[in-house]
Amino acid sequence: MESHFATEAVAQLRRRSLRAAAVNLIGPLTMLGGVAWAFLQPYRLTVLHPHGQGFWWLLSEPPLYVVLVGLGFALFLAPSLLEDLEEVEDAPEG
Amino acid sequence: MLPKAEFVHWWFATGFLIIGLLLLAEALVGGEVWRRRAWRAYLWPSFLFLMGVLMWPVMVFYTNSTIHMVAHGSWAQVMMLAGGAELGLVRGKLKSSYWRLTMPLAFLVSGTALLIHEQNGWLYSRSAFVHHACGWTLIVGAIFPLGKTLAPRFAPFRAGHALTFLVIAFVLYAARDAAPIFGHFSAGGVPHR
Repeated sequence: MESHFATEAVAQLRRRSLRAAAVNLIGPLTMLGGVAWAFLQPYRLTVLHPHGQGFWWLLSEPPLYVVLVGLGFALFLAPSLLEDLEEVEDAPEG
Repeated sequence: MLPKAEFVHWWFATGFLIIGLLLLAEALVGGEVWRRRAWRAYLWPSFLFLMGVLMWPVMVFYTNSTIHMVAHGSWAQVMMLAGGAELGLVRGKLKSSYWRLTMPLAFLVSGTALLIHEQNGWLYSRSAFVHHACGWTLIVGAIFPLGKTLAPRFAPFRAGHALTFLVIAFVLYAARDAAPIFGHFSAGGVPHR
């Protein structure tokens, strides 16, 4: 009986760890995508060669946008989401 | 003075990327955890509504034909409708979950408008390719929000809904006003970047 509960608890922990890890990875993976894009197409970052660029060209830096979105997710959303995920799953059932 | 059309595509791509990541996180943790903080439940519907609002200036300033005006106007309306319906449901002002059908409606209307307002074939230019790819992604992807409305707990529908937004973001980031690949249309000379 006890081993059954232990197995269930381990399975639940593993499931939660996977979900938590996935949520944790969203921000860094998004940032990594932006950085990889910047390396693959550096000419899309006009800040690297700003001379003679107009305002809109300097404002439009798509790889940086992707990095910033990932950073925002990792800093402002993921921590509270993980906290809540942990609370809900630690709460006794019923 | 106006930003080029490709910049606007990239800004909207960023909006879709944000919505896609929020939906993905919601799909991963489930609705119960997601709604534990009120501000979080309002996040992606607010972004969607805001993008609908921002589509109006796009309609006004980037109207080079009637069909463009109709397409941009219809996107503005359906994005505001879908975002507004979700906000109403989160706030409790709307009760029926069938209001969520506004999302597949938005997908279908947007996808159809994208395909109709693109007058050239898939391989005419990068821009034409992007519009065709986005249009069909939205039309096929409408199955996910539709399924999510009918079976909210079925994970593949929730994940598919999020991934559709991410695919749209990815394709929109590739948009260029004039690009030498995927077609024969080019502004000529040295590309700006």
